Amino acid sequence: MSYRWDFTPVIANAPLLAEGLVNTLKVTGVSLACGLAIGLALALMRLSRHRVASWPAGFVIEVFRTTPPLVQLFWFFFALPLIVGVEMTPFLAACVTFSIQSAAFFAEVFRAGIQSIERGQWDGARAIGMTHGQALQRIILPQAVKRMIPAFMERAIELMKTTTLVATIAYADLLFAANELSQKSFRPLETYTVVALIYFFVIFLASQLARLLELRLARSGESTVH
Amino acid sequence: MKWDFNSVFANTDALLVGAVGTLHIFAICLVAGLSLGLVVGLGRYARAPWFRWPATAFVEFFRNTPVLVQILWFYFALPMLLPFEISPLAAAALGISLNSAAFSAEIYRGGIQSIEPGQWDGARALGMGWGQAMRRIILPQALKRMTPALTNRAIEIFKMSTLASAVAYVELLQQGKLIASLNYNPIEAYTTVAVIFFVFLWPMVQFTYLLERRLRRSE
Amino acid sequence: MTLLKVSSLAKKFGPHAVLRAIDLDVQPGERIAILGASGSGKSTLLRCLNFMEMPDAGTVALDGQVIGRRESELVKVRQRIGMVFQQFNLFPHMTAIGNVMEGLRTVRRFTKADARARGEKELARVGLADKAETYPAHLSGGQKQRVAIARALAMDPELLLFDEPTSALDPELVGEVLNVIRALAEEGRTMLLVTHELGFAYHVATRVIFLADGTIHEQGTPDEVLKHPKKERTQAFLARHKEFSL
Repeated sequence: MSYRWDFTPVIANAPLLAEGLVNTLKVTGVSLACGLAIGLALALMRLSRHRVASWPAGFVIEVFRTTPPLVQLFWFFFALPLIVGVEMTPFLAACVTFSIQSAAFFAEVFRAGIQSIERGQWDGARAIGMTHGQALQRIILPQAVKRMIPAFMERAIELMKTTTLVATIAYADLLFAANELSQKSFRPLETYTVVALIYFFVIFLASQLARLLELRLARSGESTVH
Repeated sequence: MKWDFNSVFANTDALLVGAVGTLHIFAICLVAGLSLGLVVGLGRYARAPWFRWPATAFVEFFRNTPVLVQILWFYFALPMLLPFEISPLAAAALGISLNSAAFSAEIYRGGIQSIEPGQWDGARALGMGWGQAMRRIILPQALKRMTPALTNRAIEIFKMSTLASAVAYVELLQQGKLIASLNYNPIEAYTTVAVIFFVFLWPMVQFTYLLERRLRRSE
Repeated sequence: MTLLKVSSLAKKFGPHAVLRAIDLDVQPGERIAILGASGSGKSTLLRCLNFMEMPDAGTVALDGQVIGRRESELVKVRQRIGMVFQQFNLFPHMTAIGNVMEGLRTVRRFTKADARARGEKELARVGLADKAETYPAHLSGGQKQRVAIARALAMDPELLLFDEPTSALDPELVGEVLNVIRALAEEGRTMLLVTHELGFAYHVATRVIFLADGTIHEQGTPDEVLKHPKKERTQAFLARHKEFSL
């Protein structure tokens, strides 16, 4: 093998890569937070007895789970601005896409979590005179949320990987930085290898933390396995 | 606002070529990913550590790295080490297949582990070796349980085919980009592509729900 | 010629010594009942004999040949020793006859026709010829265990190991299984039987072994051990099983 490895351009441009990583985490964070909120709303709409709520919610969930994320991203970045007349930055398009996508995923997790709480809990709450809303808020959701923590962590980690798609719409995330650096330095092998390893370490770390959290929860008596 | 789907319909052959490309890479990655996944999954379950460690490393690495990064690595980085170029199809197929292999390996491992130890006892007491027990007793039962998860994996692979557009492989999204840029109608172009994917995937998703329900009832 | 010779067999699970220096000679035609409290090591002893558990020390010799540890050898040994489990361990994805044929086809490499013929014979022997095409899920516990016995018999074992064959059965189904085992005993088959059915052990066994603390605490004829036990622990054990009366 006559290839001569040279990592110096990569090391020299570490700040560029660091900034990319920060941007990746920014999109992930915003999308997760919004996704949770929207996901809960979608789940409650889906569980509602009123079709005017459950149908649109169901539609959104199905569409976002049955189409490829990259197609959604392109649609929100290129198509939506023309419909709504709003300027779409890559960051905004990314956050909107991944928020709704995560929301669709979380909605199903919320729904399963809420439905997994035995009827007895509802009965207990209503028997002391709580309304449906109060029962949901005080009794059901707190228990459901605990059960969903593993799924939430799993989605968070998945999202960190999915955000690489934003590089295709020129958002300066870590992968985009890698593309730029690779072209600038003519060292694609070193650049992409290093970036792949950075992604691996960050995501692997997150997975291990998630696993630790699951163990902690299991030990504290709150079994998340049902 | 005027929706102009005519220019999209005028490009049906372009979309058709894209659809063929999508199905092509889907088929390759499905077969490669699920078969390699079985080998790796069995490796995770093997008794010999020099099988287990590489299998575990493989799974951990390819599950915790984004597919797009892998695809770009195979397309831009690997050729530096080889005397030949890597085609967009090869790069994308490698990235998606290895990723799918890692995920399906875990599905296989979980499925195999879910078979109660008594089945191993019954097989071994008759004088079956590890391979025979796996082949005749364990895997047939495990595969039944794993079908919903594996079908889900197939759906994910289908969706991942769009990532090949990042290296300009000719599949549906790539054609959508082409149509959009030539006709200045991203709304119609991307909506059409989204609808086509939905039409392909929705039956698969419904089929998975059916399988899950069937499985839950029979257990 | 001693069929099975066990010398100084020992097995530990973690820090806990389950079997300590067990010595046992099994002659052809003997029917040995192994009794003991839970945790006394009865199942472990049985499972060590066909190396489903690996002993930590000691040897097991079949027909005068000491059994080595290599999987390739163990696989052959297990063809000569039949085992029937408490939980049956039938293969749910095969019919009754499929289960009985499986060992013959996959391990002994019989043709489908030969395996089928033999399978039907064994199922008839345990009284389930009409259930050949039935799947285990549709069989009662007693029927499942009888299929499991047929499966073990199809391999022509020199020795049969029964690991609490009726403990998982509803009381009314116990009899049908014990009848099959009694018939095998009357044929003169060599067997080791771990059981809580003391009455059955008394009538069918040629020798009774009482395990305690990982060793053979007392052994002898059924009359000696079950009717006139000499050791205190044996007596205490039998007293706890008061439903056993002669």
